[in-house]
Amino acid sequence: MASDEPLPDAHTSTGWAPTLRTMDPATENDVELLSRLRDGDEAAFVTLVTRYNGSMLRLARTYVPSAAVAEEAVQDTWMGVVRGVDRFEGRSSFKTWLFRILVNRARSAGTREPRDLLLTDDSPAVDPSRFDAGGAWARPLESWETDADDRLLAATWSGRLRDALGELPPRQREIVILRDVEGMDSGDVCDVLGISEGNQRVLLHRGRSRLRAALESEFESRGR
Amino acid sequence: MLLRRREDLVCQQVVELVSDYLEGALSRSNRKRFEAHLRVCPNCTNYLEQMRATIRATGTLTPDDLSPEARAELTDLFRNWRGEGS
Ligand SMILES: [Zn+2]
Repeated sequence: MASDEPLPDAHTSTGWAPTLRTMDPATENDVELLSRLRDGDEAAFVTLVTRYNGSMLRLARTYVPSAAVAEEAVQDTWMGVVRGVDRFEGRSSFKTWLFRILVNRARSAGTREPRDLLLTDDSPAVDPSRFDAGGAWARPLESWETDADDRLLAATWSGRLRDALGELPPRQREIVILRDVEGMDSGDVCDVLGISEGNQRVLLHRGRSRLRAALESEFESRGR
Repeated sequence: MLLRRREDLVCQQVVELVSDYLEGALSRSNRKRFEAHLRVCPNCTNYLEQMRATIRATGTLTPDDLSPEARAELTDLFRNWRGEGS
């Protein structure tokens, strides 16, 4: 395993759950699957790959210039996982550990601007022209309450939303993916990316604000 | 964003505080001012709801499915690794 990969602290306890070999792999939790992976169980490996590969590809794409390079980074990560599985001790969730390995590999595969450019996007959450001189909304903001059904929302908007996510600056995109698509909590995201809670919040705010604006313009273009 | 004390928030400030509010990162006094503004401002109330709807909608995006070729390739890699290890 490469030295840039996060290793769990040696002093922490593992807390492994007992392995249930009779379980259907699709419903087994990560810890059980990892336990079987240690024994060289191919079905456990395939289940983990099926579970996470799509998410990993999407995350990797924020670091590298092409889908092919992203696939290499993901494949490389899986090989790192099977070789290093004995070193995973359950200090973080498997998903956090997996994504940290991926981010390290994808970062070294991609060419990214230095980390100190982290916060250079200071564009406002909402176009300033939407406010009057006193900072109040210049015209009323629509309620989206009528579209409250989430499934309808997703079916109608997911194309535009997917595009808008793809167009976010990479640092905003990686955080929106981890937080809002993957549903990781902020502590895990900071752990995966090696950034502070404050920086994470700023980037999340910019990213979410841009996505909202994209959905709003989609609404307006449809003449609602 | 820096906030001067004892002054009411304006909408343009409120939209910059939405994420800190949703993340529970506002100080107690700023949270009170934020919520006081929402009580009197239907536009910012709608804005907050739009942000929540955006977050929910983002959460419904699913990754593309793994292609059979990619799965087969990874499985081969795994078999090779296991073969070497034993
Ligand atoms: Zn307002």
